[in-house]
Amino acid sequence: MSRPLLEVKDLRVSFAGKEVVRGIDFSMAPGEKLALVGESGSGKTVTALSLLRLVQDASISGQAFFEARGGSAGEPADLLSLPERALRGIRGRDIAMIFQEPMTALNPLFTVGDQIAEVLQLKEGLAQSASVQQAIKLLASTGIPEPERRANSFPHQLSGGQRQRAMIAMALACRPRLLLADEPTTALDVTLRGQILALLGDLQRQNGMAVLLITHDLNLVRRFADRVAVMENGHIVEQGAVAEVFARPQHPYTQKLMDSKPVRDVVEAGNAAIPSLPLMRASQLRVAYPTAIPGVKGWFKSGEFVAVRNASFSIPPGRTLGIVGESGSGKSTLALASLGLLKFSGQLQAAGQSWSRQAAGNKAIRKVVQVVFQDPFSSLSPRMTVEALVEEGLRVHEPLLGLEERRRRVEQALADVGMGERQFPGLLRRYPHEFSGGQRQRLAIARVLIINPGLLVLDEPTSALDVTIQKQVLGLLQRLQRERGLSYLLITHDMDVIRAMAHEVMVMKDGEIVESGSVFDVLDAPSHAYTQTLVAQS
Amino acid sequence: MITSPASVPAPSISPSKRAWQRFRRNRLGYGSLLIFCLLVVLSLFAEVLSNDKPLVVSYQGQLYFPLAKDYSEKTFNGDFDTPADYLDPFIQSKLTQDGNWAVYPPNPYGPRTINYFAKAPNPSAPSGDNLFGTDDRGRDLLAQLIYGFRLSVLFGLALTVIGVLMGVVAGAIQGYAGGKTDLVGQRFIEIWGSMPELYLLIIFSAVFAPSVALLLLLLSLFGWMGLSDYVRAEFLRNRQMDYVRAAKALGVSNLQIMWRHILPNSLTPVVTFLPFRMSAAILALTSLDFLGLGVPPGTPSLGELLSQGKANIDAWWISLSTFAVLVITLLLLTFMGDALRDALDPRKADR
Repeated sequence: MSRPLLEVKDLRVSFAGKEVVRGIDFSMAPGEKLALVGESGSGKTVTALSLLRLVQDASISGQAFFEARGGSAGEPADLLSLPERALRGIRGRDIAMIFQEPMTALNPLFTVGDQIAEVLQLKEGLAQSASVQQAIKLLASTGIPEPERRANSFPHQLSGGQRQRAMIAMALACRPRLLLADEPTTALDVTLRGQILALLGDLQRQNGMAVLLITHDLNLVRRFADRVAVMENGHIVEQGAVAEVFARPQHPYTQKLMDSKPVRDVVEAGNAAIPSLPLMRASQLRVAYPTAIPGVKGWFKSGEFVAVRNASFSIPPGRTLGIVGESGSGKSTLALASLGLLKFSGQLQAAGQSWSRQAAGNKAIRKVVQVVFQDPFSSLSPRMTVEALVEEGLRVHEPLLGLEERRRRVEQALADVGMGERQFPGLLRRYPHEFSGGQRQRLAIARVLIINPGLLVLDEPTSALDVTIQKQVLGLLQRLQRERGLSYLLITHDMDVIRAMAHEVMVMKDGEIVESGSVFDVLDAPSHAYTQTLVAQS
Repeated sequence: MITSPASVPAPSISPSKRAWQRFRRNRLGYGSLLIFCLLVVLSLFAEVLSNDKPLVVSYQGQLYFPLAKDYSEKTFNGDFDTPADYLDPFIQSKLTQDGNWAVYPPNPYGPRTINYFAKAPNPSAPSGDNLFGTDDRGRDLLAQLIYGFRLSVLFGLALTVIGVLMGVVAGAIQGYAGGKTDLVGQRFIEIWGSMPELYLLIIFSAVFAPSVALLLLLLSLFGWMGLSDYVRAEFLRNRQMDYVRAAKALGVSNLQIMWRHILPNSLTPVVTFLPFRMSAAILALTSLDFLGLGVPPGTPSLGELLSQGKANIDAWWISLSTFAVLVITLLLLTFMGDALRDALDPRKADR
């Protein structure tokens, strides 16, 4: 085997005395695809950034030998001790990086073409016109349609997938020997992920470059990488060939990760008697947002953007209706409408009543229909204690409850989601910022459980969580459904979650329901072309 | 199933408590707060510190408390039935004879006391009698500064509190309601804000008898707008947050959502601006007094002293000491404001 392209020895990174990367070693051969896997906070992104010394206010120690192109007599240089000038020569030319969120990684004030051309001018010394030509060629190679026109577009004029392609074109402008890809597909829709990954694979083969893929998504690793290194708490706990590690994970953490695919554990619809009345029934639901019309006309009236049209569904007690679709398909709008938080037209009944203008009527429905949002960091007010957060529903719906009884109910609700005084001393007086994402999501669930709702609207309840935590939260939701006969309106883009949770599925695209039916029918024999791509990607 | 307990740190502090701890670690800001509070508390006891009446008088075996009660000159065997002038050498000699005694405040002059028995012409330079000298009417400067400082600070505090209350309410309503309410409110603020404040003050001071209350009212009418914009922006941002949606879905009433959920999360700009608003209020009062549009004549005020200093440029002790008091007050407030801003800035590392 030839000399490694990159050899990292005992890399340590710490912020203000707190060590996040605690002595890791790995090496990469030229043209190799290594995946760095771990949960958020495991130090994987910091590892990549510290190779280029792009982390601020951190102290980095260790060595990272990298064989730069045309370096001094082929002697590998230590990236971590190289002078800043020399390192600047390596950045972009020998090692390039693509980031998770292309919207923030591209400068909004310059056209995409200019940004790529700038790299070429700086690194390859190309002239203005030559660099623009080359930029267009690069854009074309990433499969962006009409590359000449797109080169003159600003980042906000491109779609998410096109932006990521432009980022890739920029990173590959100088044919780097090593590409650091930090969660390159996480911000993209499921259907785009496969395309971007395939593109990366093609370009990798053409250029013979090595790729360090940083991700939390095991599906990506399986499909893309040659070797995998698993990170936990700043340590690499296991590394090896992908097939090997996936087949026989050695370390308990790796086993836990491999085992984190959500398991279906729900009461099947099967031949049980059709439950009585549906908890929620919608027919011909339509939601539209006003949009501004340009010109003088816009002074007097506004246009409208129809986010959801012709949506009809019903949810019986104890069942889960899953709604799948990519971002912008209207699934979150549908959720907000079913909560009565948006104006809609059409029929929507919950608990036998329709949303009305009378607050009293709404209160009766609100007691039945509750919501858990995607981001547990923004769905709990940061300045309220756990007790104030959880008891809020009781204050509204059972205002006559005594203090003692209210506290008892709060503790009960917290116990129901697996949080108690025993694990968290002084739990009731704590503030949300002290809890991790999964714990916060439990708090959010306890907050709605306390008023004994019948239907929970779950808006991407686990997509902000790590895979192992996701499995726990889904398990909790399944248990609550079994024990209490709750119904769920589950909104997600993750087919694994749907497979584990849903009884019925609706697939949404561009505001319309393109396919619906029982979960097994839809996922095993998708009839609509869009559903087929969705299923194929998962 | 259950996450490990070790992942949560033991101590539990609220965000505002954490901000307070960060504020305390800023020594300049915290020191300024302590000094400022000390000065304010001292000035609240100005009557005891600087007064032309003795605190206690023992005259012919009887105790008198001139601070609490007016005694006529006859009480001390004077000739007239007028309130006693304790600076009169005649009365003073009576109070020191035959085992009589009197305890005077550290600075034996009130804010309006005219020292008729000064040895030098007015304004007189600092001397043993008047530590900071006298102004052009023979009033003791130190007494004027103490009472003027108290008035300025209390006025600034009152103006700030009224302005904050009005600003928060106006901003909260605009930000939370949004839409047409917001539109109308914003246009109203634009119109209201373009009124010439100074001319209105001149007109009103010509129509009504000038008083501190009137001034407070007039300045409050215009003092809430800057803050309401910040609060409005915070409310506009926070009402989109998931926790507000979640509360709405829970059926919490709008007032409750504003009060319990959005307001505590929108107070950062309000708190940050408090010291700066207060120093602005003190400055406003001072400049109006300087122009003669402020408090009624005879009230001790820093602005009036400044204009005296301008009129008597050779009496350096007037302008210099007033200037020093103003600078120190405003500097302390600014240091406090800086420290508060740092303490509440989420982007600053928690060191």
